[in-house]
Amino acid sequence: MSAVADLKSLSNSVCVVGADESDEIGALPHKSQLTLHLEAVRNAVSDAGLRISDVDGIFTAGQHSPALLGEALGIAPRYVDGTSVGGCSFIIMVGHAVAALHHGLCDVAVISHGESGRSGVGVSPRRDTSLTGQYEAPFGFGGAPTLFGMITTRHMHEYGTTLEQWAQVAVSTRKWAMLNPKALRREPLTVADVLASRPVVYPFNVLNICLVTDAGGAVVLTRADRARDCAKKPVYVRGVGEGTEHVMLTQMKDLTFSEATRLAGEKAFRMAGVTHRDFDHIMLYDAFTSGPPLMLESLGIAKRGEGVHFFAEGRSTPGGALPINTNGGGLSYTHSGMYGIFPIIEATRQLRGECGGRQVPNVKLSLVNGMGGMLSAAGTLVLSNER
Amino acid sequence: MEIDRPIPSPITPEAKPFWDGLREHRLLLPKCGACGHVFFYPRVLCPRCHARDVGWIQASGKGKLHAFEIAYQAFNKAWKVKPPWVLAMVELAEGPRLMTNLVNVEPDPKVIKCDMPVQIVFSKLTDEITLPLFEPTR
Ligand SMILES: [Zn+2]
Repeated sequence: MSAVADLKSLSNSVCVVGADESDEIGALPHKSQLTLHLEAVRNAVSDAGLRISDVDGIFTAGQHSPALLGEALGIAPRYVDGTSVGGCSFIIMVGHAVAALHHGLCDVAVISHGESGRSGVGVSPRRDTSLTGQYEAPFGFGGAPTLFGMITTRHMHEYGTTLEQWAQVAVSTRKWAMLNPKALRREPLTVADVLASRPVVYPFNVLNICLVTDAGGAVVLTRADRARDCAKKPVYVRGVGEGTEHVMLTQMKDLTFSEATRLAGEKAFRMAGVTHRDFDHIMLYDAFTSGPPLMLESLGIAKRGEGVHFFAEGRSTPGGALPINTNGGGLSYTHSGMYGIFPIIEATRQLRGECGGRQVPNVKLSLVNGMGGMLSAAGTLVLSNER
Repeated sequence: MEIDRPIPSPITPEAKPFWDGLREHRLLLPKCGACGHVFFYPRVLCPRCHARDVGWIQASGKGKLHAFEIAYQAFNKAWKVKPPWVLAMVELAEGPRLMTNLVNVEPDPKVIKCDMPVQIVFSKLTDEITLPLFEPTR
């Protein structure tokens, strides 16, 4: 039996049964990032109708190891995963949890994120990644905007993409944020506002770049048979995929196309038995306005150079044909650093029908796709409220 | 002279020939002795054929601007250079890409174009560090 057939047999075998943020998200100088983790875990576990003592699998990325999280929660997990390939690690961990749950390595898995990304409370000093120190820092590179902009100017050169088109991604996302009471930025936004905002690093003005917040989030997974006994309608994990290509941006083969994303998407779609046309709701990791269009292109959902067209009024926007980033995204809702847990939470809520004013009608199949680093790593999920 | 930017400290063993070469105004790149692949950043294994027989060649210092950004603020506490300045990814004639700055050019997206030809400028920073910067080919 080939590995792909094995994966297919795992489709729908595991469900997301709990999902929630920390008690608050935003600017939280009064809370450590460990507190954000613990609040998120407690909230997600109680959303599932379970107790923390039921948890026996801990998955987390970032500064706190799964062992520390187990210790802080007062449990000795049977299974831990600390995969750390950037902000999409939590999305990739859903796939790892499916495998662990299937094999009985754990029965209740929690994937947790907590990051005091804005206030820096309970945070250890940033490590210097040595390759960056040797070859990039002497030129003024530092942090994501100075790298993702390269991908963006190259895309503009090859496909003629414009600053106005990137700005429209922020506008579409803000329209959703205006419908989400938890979103940090809810005031109306126009393309002109984005173009007139403070220049940070060309081609990005400040409104092309995600927020910097403090936030936690967690999801709980269990096998489908047990999921039926949980508090809420189960959300089935139909497909999972992961991929990595590079870490240093100079090593990315084609700056305008993410091989990691292609790999992750292909695996997830095949496992789920779906095509790129089947989704009625999409969540994409939006650290920068140019990220989501490039992800759509790398996933094969948009043609090369045409991802931006998906963000036009009436397409990705509220009431549109293919809603994208319905929580308001990293651009307007929250972005604590490693954002990947939040698109899973939003897709779960949409598939349960819990989203109130921003609820997408009749949503059945949701795509979650996230990146780590500069499109360096990727995780893709196909989630559904039907088996 | 005050150092206005972060510098490699310490220089790692793999990176030493690169920085040593720059001090003598030579841009050195790793080249695989088995398959001939020229690559950057330096590694002890060839990333194409995985041979361990990696040597160094002197590059021409010519290339093309693959992608760029114009920075309007510092992104690192140690960075004291006054903005704006141009961040660049250069694709060298020998194949590999490296990160650098584009200098001797107006920091304006109307002037700077991807794929424009560029050439190296050696810029001495300290006794140990000479930076490989690039300028538009004249
Ligand atoms: Zn070789």
